[in-house]
Amino acid sequence: MKPVNQKAWLLVVPVVLCVAFSAILPLMTVVNYSVQDIISPERRVFVGTEWFKAVMRDDDLIGALGRQMVFSLAVLAVEIPLGIALALAMPAKGWTSSAVLVLVAISLLIPWNVVGTIWQIYGRTDIGLMGAALAALGFDYSYTGNATHAWLTVLLMDVWHWTPLVALLCYAGLRAIPDAYYQAASIDGASKFAVFRYIQLPKLRGVLMIAVLLRFMDSFMIYTEPFVLTGGGPGNATTFLSQYLTQKAVGQFDLGPAAAFSLIYFLIILLLCFILYNWMQRVGTADKTEAGHG
Amino acid sequence: MARIELDLAHAYGPNPQRDEDYALLPLKMTFEDGGAYALLGPSGCGKTTLLNIVSGLVTPSQGGLSYDGRDVTRLTPQQRNIAQVFQFPVIYDTMTVAENLAFPLRNRGVPADRIKQRVGQVAEMLDMSGQLNLRAAGLAADAKQKISLGRGLVREDVSAVLFDEPLTVIDPHLKWQLRRKLKQIHHELKLTLIYVTHDQVEALTFAQQVVVMTRGKAVQIGTASELFERPRHTFVGNFIGSPGMNFLAACGAADGIEVAGRRLAAPKAALSGLGAFTLGVRPEYVRLAAPNEPGAVPGVVTQAQDIGTYWLVTASVGEGVDPSLLRARLSSEQTIPRVGETVWLSIVGEHTCYYVDEDLIA
Repeated sequence: MKPVNQKAWLLVVPVVLCVAFSAILPLMTVVNYSVQDIISPERRVFVGTEWFKAVMRDDDLIGALGRQMVFSLAVLAVEIPLGIALALAMPAKGWTSSAVLVLVAISLLIPWNVVGTIWQIYGRTDIGLMGAALAALGFDYSYTGNATHAWLTVLLMDVWHWTPLVALLCYAGLRAIPDAYYQAASIDGASKFAVFRYIQLPKLRGVLMIAVLLRFMDSFMIYTEPFVLTGGGPGNATTFLSQYLTQKAVGQFDLGPAAAFSLIYFLIILLLCFILYNWMQRVGTADKTEAGHG
Repeated sequence: MARIELDLAHAYGPNPQRDEDYALLPLKMTFEDGGAYALLGPSGCGKTTLLNIVSGLVTPSQGGLSYDGRDVTRLTPQQRNIAQVFQFPVIYDTMTVAENLAFPLRNRGVPADRIKQRVGQVAEMLDMSGQLNLRAAGLAADAKQKISLGRGLVREDVSAVLFDEPLTVIDPHLKWQLRRKLKQIHHELKLTLIYVTHDQVEALTFAQQVVVMTRGKAVQIGTASELFERPRHTFVGNFIGSPGMNFLAACGAADGIEVAGRRLAAPKAALSGLGAFTLGVRPEYVRLAAPNEPGAVPGVVTQAQDIGTYWLVTASVGEGVDPSLLRARLSSEQTIPRVGETVWLSIVGEHTCYYVDEDLIA
């Protein structure tokens, strides 16, 4: 029998302490709040799953969740294909490639609230370039008055802000494909589309998975930009989950429901990422026919 | 299937002036239809450049090449209808083995039943019939490399199959199998095969004709035995064989030649009138001799290694005058001299070669 050595625990302790201090304990505080009614710092009542039941019945919350889902899916549907297309169009070599890389990365360097402010001005029909241009073209555009316009403007802003991230990831993925693949495809007589479909896209799978997860999680937690641009309005057309949560926790100081909702929010993101990840793992790797294993 | 004629040179940069600017020095040669050729040389000697020019991935900066008399200098690999197998297996990850093999035919619009038939035949030839429905991405490197090869063979009218060090990533025991498979396929299909490698064993066992290259120049084209027996260039003598040829500085004298401080009778009349030249003899042809035997020189053994089936004995000859090392491959059955002993080694014989300025003269 091997001698048992317990020293390894010592090596794990720093990590456990760090993670506990920075993640587990704060999360447990939220769990703690979610099962109590905090009336004042001294008075608190244990309410069990009451808050969870309450937030599940909250129509505003369900509305925000629906808007959030549609928004995040729209973000993915636009940014992923657009990012791939951009990456394919970017020059691969020479000084132009460096120049384009810098240009593409600019929007990623701008702080969220500044992005909101930029678009707030950009969309104004009196002094904003886009707003004025749309108005001049005869559109009755108003992101403050029209719910659809507001929603589309927030989407457009997110696309403007984050598509470069997808493009840069894909660009890196494309550069990692060895030349031999393109040469072999050329010898095999593959069309440009076939090269994309059978070489580039499969080789981008890894970076696309990262891009999809990052963009999904980030867009699902979007807060600052719509807060600055529309403040969630008009009505609640652009009130997404995190904004609703902030209203509850900070605005109304309903710590119990806000905590319960935070946990549900966290689980939703976890679950959706899990589903997305597994789905993307399977795409293109599952055996097309099981006969081969027979 | 095609006879490939080359008359070209290539430089990657513009305006090549010196020899060093060329990746491939001016070269004129022919790959005969149905021949199996190997391009052999160290890294950076231009062999892959030459291969890529033949396949059409690189356009030569000077001159051109033709397939069966048709000028193809400006044609793409697809138009030349060649197949190429690369150093690292190239397979289409999302496809099954069968779909991979069918891909070149599908791109060319071949009818489905014909594709099925061809894929079946090629899979049979490569012993992959049982794996047709497996995803290619999950296979081992040697199977992937067979798929790369199969994609070339699936087109019946392919002009030539080119290999760019295709066995680099294959396990040694599978290398032999794959190489045998290649030879068998060459035998059955009579394709023109060109094979790039830096491994002399691979080149000599695979090819009928080996092109030895160094520093952008094809220094000798010949069969394995020609390269071994009559290296036309000292580089070939050194590169082919394990260990390579021994070279000793020599010079012609009135009544013979001087080598390693000894005067020997001129083995060939042409040598006596010559100035400085180099004598080359393979370790396999150096044998132990009796003292003062004609064509032998004395030397002090500096190393004796048992290589298993033979001994490799290194002796220092020409002490005091022109010392150099001479290696001899001796059969284990004879008495092997020990380190420090003085031995006589015969270096002049029918297998000895003579070089001036690195080129064979006799």
